[in-house]
Amino acid sequence: MIAIIDYGMGNLRSVEKGFLKVGVDAGVVSNPKAVDNAEAVVLPGVGAFRDCIRNLDKMSLTESIIRSIQKGKPYLGICLGLQILFTESEEFGIYKGLDILKGKVVRFHIDLKVPHMGWNNVKLLKKPPVFGGIKDEAFFYFVHSFFVAPDNKDVVAATTDYGITFTSMVWKDNIIATQFHPEKSQETGLRLLRNFGDFVKKS
Amino acid sequence: MLAKRIIPCLDVKDGRVVKGVSFVNLRVTGDPVENAKFYNEEGADELVFLDITASHEKRKIILDVVMRAAEDVFMPLTVGGGIKTLDDIRNLLNAGCDKVSINTTAVKDPYFISRAAERFGSQCIVVAIDAKRVNSYESRVKSQNSKISAALRLTPHTSCPTWEVYTHGGRRARDIDAVKWAKKVEELGAGEIMLTSMDKDGTKDGYDIELTRTISEAVTIPVIAAGGAGTLEHLYGALSGGKADAVLAASIFHYREYTIMEAKEYLRAKGVPVRL
Repeated sequence: MIAIIDYGMGNLRSVEKGFLKVGVDAGVVSNPKAVDNAEAVVLPGVGAFRDCIRNLDKMSLTESIIRSIQKGKPYLGICLGLQILFTESEEFGIYKGLDILKGKVVRFHIDLKVPHMGWNNVKLLKKPPVFGGIKDEAFFYFVHSFFVAPDNKDVVAATTDYGITFTSMVWKDNIIATQFHPEKSQETGLRLLRNFGDFVKKS
Repeated sequence: MLAKRIIPCLDVKDGRVVKGVSFVNLRVTGDPVENAKFYNEEGADELVFLDITASHEKRKIILDVVMRAAEDVFMPLTVGGGIKTLDDIRNLLNAGCDKVSINTTAVKDPYFISRAAERFGSQCIVVAIDAKRVNSYESRVKSQNSKISAALRLTPHTSCPTWEVYTHGGRRARDIDAVKWAKKVEELGAGEIMLTSMDKDGTKDGYDIELTRTISEAVTIPVIAAGGAGTLEHLYGALSGGKADAVLAASIFHYREYTIMEAKEYLRAKGVPVRL
């Protein structure tokens, strides 16, 4: 089973319903043991970086997530689930992330509306397994004010333009993480979730 | 490139879709979930449910509507109408909606916006502003709204056009300047503004472009223009001249006068970035 991590923030129902819709076995979990037992981890989430890290720590989920990734189990991070992989974030002060990938989470300083909200193109630099059947520059739904700036550009799988060109997807081995929301991106997003299900089966 | 969003709005009363004409003469036209699925397939960018259920006991029906819609519709869902407490927001988000739109409660208690944004994140807090152009300031009996700070009040005798904020589904004037209010809600943590022109709503003769542009330029958060869409040209007007980030429309889509696709093709031909 794929474990969708519930850390007491935001709406997980759409991620769960999305997997259900495309016939992938995924369920919401909120304890470390369930994360350890799962074949793969999905960390969704909107909200603040600080609260996300605090809640994961409070619920003792941090270690089990890191363990799962280090064992090579597939990981899908969505929005905050992408951002917390990095070293630190400047949202509401400096907060430490999981530091699995080196780099920072920084705010948009642009002459455009923030949050970056709506449908934008995802330009592929690499094609991870979850993008099977999805075209380059496909539209996905975004809603965020911060984005990741990886130190190692090799992990950048896709970029998106909004005042600047920012990293909208990272891919490193078993880690796939998106700034956009597949669970809110209609058919294209559902395709990504289905592909992730296939990727988990093959792993 | 970020696409301008086309957002159909479904007015829901007691769990059924109705379309209001100037907030009266409601017509019953169907199941909200079926309507939501239809718009999802048509390629709408987001969807808004405006709950106009009056009786408190029937307000739980909207939760069921959202829950059912979230099973089949994978795009951002916003619910507005009757939200009074943080628990109301929590229940709607848990049912599967992504954003809530708040008007009356925010005006009565502006710090409700901050509390909601802090707890659930700014991205899911939309403040709905219903604004009406002030033509003759003195002729209107001023409502006394003691909780509103002086900084937000309407200023009479200005040479610039001014708009007044209304609440309670457009029934109550609040003596608040819409532009000042828009800046205030941004400062308090709103993630987006849904701006309805009371003068234009239900008329189908176009959005209030001047209002839309004035508010959109006054804030740095996205603005959804609403009220008055009757033709595709109107959508273009709000997005170009009005500088809106998204347009909301009900009847032109609801009565199938235009499809979402027709609207997007029209806008693309005019050079507006849309998702097709």
